[in-house]
Amino acid sequence: MTTTPAAPPAARPKRRQGDRIFAGLSRGAGLFILVALAGVFVFLAIEGIPGLTQPSSFYAPQASTFIGYVTPLLFGTILAAVIAVIIAAPLSFGIALVISHYAPRSIAVPAAYVVDLLAAVPSVVFGLWGINVLARKVAPGYEWLYEHLGFIPFFAGPPSTTGRTILTAGIVLAIMILPIITAISREIFAQTPRLHQEAALALGATRWEMVRLTVFPYAKSGMVSAVMLGLGRALGETMAVAMVLSAGGGITFNLISSSNPASIASNIANNYKEGTPGKVAVLIATGLVLFLVTFLVNFAARWLVGRSERRMAR
Amino acid sequence: MAKSIDVSDLDIYYGDFLAVESVNMTIPARSVTALIGPSGCGKSTFLRSLNRMHEAIPGARVDGKIIVDGQSLYDPGVDPVEVRRMVGMVFQRPNPFPTMSIYENVLAGLRLNNKKLKKSAADQVVEKSLKGANLWNEVKDRLGKPGMGLSGGQQQRLCIARAIAVEPQVLLMDEPCSALDPISTSAIEDLIHELKSEYTIVIVTHNMQQAARVSEDTAFFNIAGTGKPGKLIEMNPTKKIFSVPDEPATEAYISGRFG
Repeated sequence: MTTTPAAPPAARPKRRQGDRIFAGLSRGAGLFILVALAGVFVFLAIEGIPGLTQPSSFYAPQASTFIGYVTPLLFGTILAAVIAVIIAAPLSFGIALVISHYAPRSIAVPAAYVVDLLAAVPSVVFGLWGINVLARKVAPGYEWLYEHLGFIPFFAGPPSTTGRTILTAGIVLAIMILPIITAISREIFAQTPRLHQEAALALGATRWEMVRLTVFPYAKSGMVSAVMLGLGRALGETMAVAMVLSAGGGITFNLISSSNPASIASNIANNYKEGTPGKVAVLIATGLVLFLVTFLVNFAARWLVGRSERRMAR
Repeated sequence: MAKSIDVSDLDIYYGDFLAVESVNMTIPARSVTALIGPSGCGKSTFLRSLNRMHEAIPGARVDGKIIVDGQSLYDPGVDPVEVRRMVGMVFQRPNPFPTMSIYENVLAGLRLNNKKLKKSAADQVVEKSLKGANLWNEVKDRLGKPGMGLSGGQQQRLCIARAIAVEPQVLLMDEPCSALDPISTSAIEDLIHELKSEYTIVIVTHNMQQAARVSEDTAFFNIAGTGKPGKLIEMNPTKKIFSVPDEPATEAYISGRFG
């Protein structure tokens, strides 16, 4: 009986050095994001959870419990961010569309550059501009809105004389999130397959019909992502809101009076310095709430986008 | 509704670059005219100038006259959108709208022209167009499914259905079979035979057998060298072109002695 040679170990495809390094790097980068996110969450939880149950004096003067304390702030945060997105999203899509589809190259390239530059302006500068220029300019506008459209709850007044209202803060935020929404949607609009655009044109579509028929459907999920990134920035934006908004305390949809609550982030910025440990814990707890809300908003958006994509897939 | 096309002294430019020079030809109604020639000779560019798709490319422009049914396509007062509604087009690669169902794809052009369309009328158009494109039997039970779910050949026939749903006078086809397998190709060629009773068809093809099979007339384009403009060398009945062409260059190209 002859001895059969030991079967060679199962042949594995040779993995090249470059592939291994690249796979490791990208895996590491992906993990790093998860770790950072988890780290932020752990920090907020450890430092913030004591803030949920402080003596009621820490939540004074407007409230006596954490829920009562954070609810107006959360409301203010979301209201300002939503105003910003309502203003910024259509404007951004319009600018992006002009740059990607309407303007000749000689105008589109500089225009895109200028919009990108907006993103480089520090938020303190936006805040200063908001207080010193915008708020003064819009104050008479608020008077007008109150007089003529006062029957709409948004403009129920009495209008703020300084103009430092949640609507002003929303406008400033809108300008701040404009560049990111514009940049992302511009990129996606420009990627619409030429084949689809030509199909629409060849059917006798005007340029706008072509955009509606091919560019928007193609770009839809990217547009939602762009808005979500903008919304995320608006939710978390601190300095501009802290500077512009003169906060009252009530929950109200009245956009032009001075009775609106601050946002969570601006409230933290305004109160962090003089805080006792108990107060700081309360503030961090509000930060935890903001973190969770931002997370949920993003999740909801992903789910919405995913749903419409799944519907179109077979 | 089919119309003939008269082209006179047509020069086609990309910016300053003259891509196609002084084309004169008459494309007869209710027949198939094939455009053949080597890559880069300008036959697709010429085709795209027939429905003013050429100018969708920045800097592209056209000099000369194209007359369809007495109407000059490039008159200053003519809206390119109107031209494209009259002259339909099928592209090299099937391009159904990815977010639309089969049903909606067929109606896409009609919805642009005429927003309000009764459900029954829409159903009729869809059935007629899909039958016209020899696709009805394959898709009638899944009209609500996405057009992208069809095979390549079916997608191309869907695109043809979409183009004929608006009842154009002329149908342009830019290498419609180049991305398809032989069976789908044969289905499209059969379809072209049927469509020519109602439409004026102009087809660009790299496949000379295909030109010989489907067309009544053939136009041969050639190019003297890179950077030189493409020219119409010869246009004659297909039978003549493929047996006794007038020009030696045509014969050289057809017999494979390209030069």
